[in-house]
Amino acid sequence: MPLLEISQLKKAFLAPDGSRHTVVDVSAFALEERAQVALSGESGSGKTTFLNLIAGILAPDSGGIRLAGREMSALNEAQRDRLRATTIGYIFQTFNLLQGYTCLENVLLGMSFGPGANRVFAEALLKRVGLGDKLNHRPRQLSTGQQQRVAVARALANKPKLVLADEPTGNLDHRNAREALQLIREACRENGAALLLVSHDREVLAQFENVQELHKINRAAVAEAQ
Amino acid sequence: MTLFHIVLRSLRQHALSTGITAASIALAGGLLMSVWIVKEQSQKAFTGVNAGFDAVLGARGAKLQLVLNAVFHLEESPGNLAWQDFLDIQKSPAVLLAVPIAVGDNYHGYRLVGTTTNLFTEVEYLPGKRYRVTAPGRPFEAGYTEAVVGSFVAQRLGLKVGDEFHPFHGLIFDEKNQHAETYVVTGIMEPSNTPADRVIWIPLEGIQNMKGHDAKSAADISAVLIKLKSQIAGRTLELLYNKQGNRLTFAWPIAQIMAQLFDKIAWFDRVLALVSYLVALVATASVLASIYNSMNERRRDIAILRALGARRHTIFCTVVLEAAAIAALGMVAAFVIYGGILSVVAKVIRAQTGVVLDPFAVHPILLWTPLAMIGMSALAGIVPAIKAYRTNVAENLTPVS
Repeated sequence: MPLLEISQLKKAFLAPDGSRHTVVDVSAFALEERAQVALSGESGSGKTTFLNLIAGILAPDSGGIRLAGREMSALNEAQRDRLRATTIGYIFQTFNLLQGYTCLENVLLGMSFGPGANRVFAEALLKRVGLGDKLNHRPRQLSTGQQQRVAVARALANKPKLVLADEPTGNLDHRNAREALQLIREACRENGAALLLVSHDREVLAQFENVQELHKINRAAVAEAQ
Repeated sequence: MTLFHIVLRSLRQHALSTGITAASIALAGGLLMSVWIVKEQSQKAFTGVNAGFDAVLGARGAKLQLVLNAVFHLEESPGNLAWQDFLDIQKSPAVLLAVPIAVGDNYHGYRLVGTTTNLFTEVEYLPGKRYRVTAPGRPFEAGYTEAVVGSFVAQRLGLKVGDEFHPFHGLIFDEKNQHAETYVVTGIMEPSNTPADRVIWIPLEGIQNMKGHDAKSAADISAVLIKLKSQIAGRTLELLYNKQGNRLTFAWPIAQIMAQLFDKIAWFDRVLALVSYLVALVATASVLASIYNSMNERRRDIAILRALGARRHTIFCTVVLEAAAIAALGMVAAFVIYGGILSVVAKVIRAQTGVVLDPFAVHPILLWTPLAMIGMSALAGIVPAIKAYRTNVAENLTPVS
């Protein structure tokens, strides 16, 4: 059974003129355990909304998302939060690190909503991403590349089955982008997590064996393009 | 990382607003506790102090004025009474002990009170406690120009055994009204924490025969302090002097008369309490305003926490807990403010009346005020907590440019 199964998923938002604007309309999508898939899509193609629906941050208007054997539409919000904390790691384009916390605390915080803080594992993760000497640094004391590595460590902190990465290299320079991508893929492999990455960067997409074009999956993106 | 850690970190992140809000809570809490305790303790102290006597006999006038003058050494004397009046009540079978006093002079603003030596030999100001003179002093001798100085006066004026001084006429110090008589300090009283500490005791004849006083009233006294044999005796004498007679006033019981003073100023207590409650309300509202105003900058952090798996109610609890924590911090400081206010007030009350308050006495209000302030602040925190609870995660995950 796939780790992630999506069927007839729809999400629309209210436009300023009062009309409903469909952003996601995916009839079927699946992701196997430990698989690494890249979704290509331009800005406004619904990439972030799609990932937010999978993460349970947004509730779909209709359709089903089955993650790790659990149908998300059958879960209440608290249960979805719990599922997100224990099953999903999320890497954002803007890193979304908490500025008031150290690197180690950012990772520990991610753990505290899941199985519980494990300082030894958090330190090991940060060492793995090359930040063993910066455990007590705050995000603003790090370079953008280093901040993204903290975000990678945090995403893997709860040993998730699925890592969602939303334009993870969008804010990085060429060299850092390549290194970050390599790190994300390796770290996911080492931790047995599947990776679903969305990007519009051709160089990033070229690193993946399995690249799917979002506009082929998301009918709303097709409509938007037309 | 627990909820407690998240709250602690948020307090540190917003250190300035946390500090200012906690300071307003501290002021409000400190003021509330001070007002309450000063009211309670002064009422208890003033109605509890009777200098070892049950009643006061004096010239016809207000009982409260008589008690304030004779026991607390405050206010003017309502008038004099004849020596025969003292002899009459002293002989009454209802009276255990009668001590005459005469006032009318001062030394640098501290009253000279003329009395008899049995003040030191027979009066117990508290059960088992008598007014004593510290070594190497001794009580004055009747008929001599000798003085025993109350401990507070001795401390303030630096008087010691062997010192000499000239009294001043009247109860208010005026250096032009100095008497010619020279008094010698024979003893300093041990502190009694009663109004007796803030007067200078001299022989009764000293006041009566001071040069410049009216010769016609040389045998008069200002009041008689009375220890009764029983409560029934008090009723008998009250009937005799207050109902049947119209020349003298028998002020009894002292505690009840002092309670009337507090009844008269009860409105002031209520106004003060109302102001304190309003200050407390404004302080807790400041907790609301402080957190609520910072919600815009917190929205992204809240969205990140939610994306990491934090539940809505966890975020809600974090904000409420933060409001309570600010109040708790403020209340710790409130106790410092309370200690400061009480120490100053206690010093002023002691200096003015001789009555001693205990700033560190335990009272239930010292528990209820912090609990109420923390509870009210937590309630105030519900408003921003609702805002935090409703934060749209997806919308706020992207940085605000």
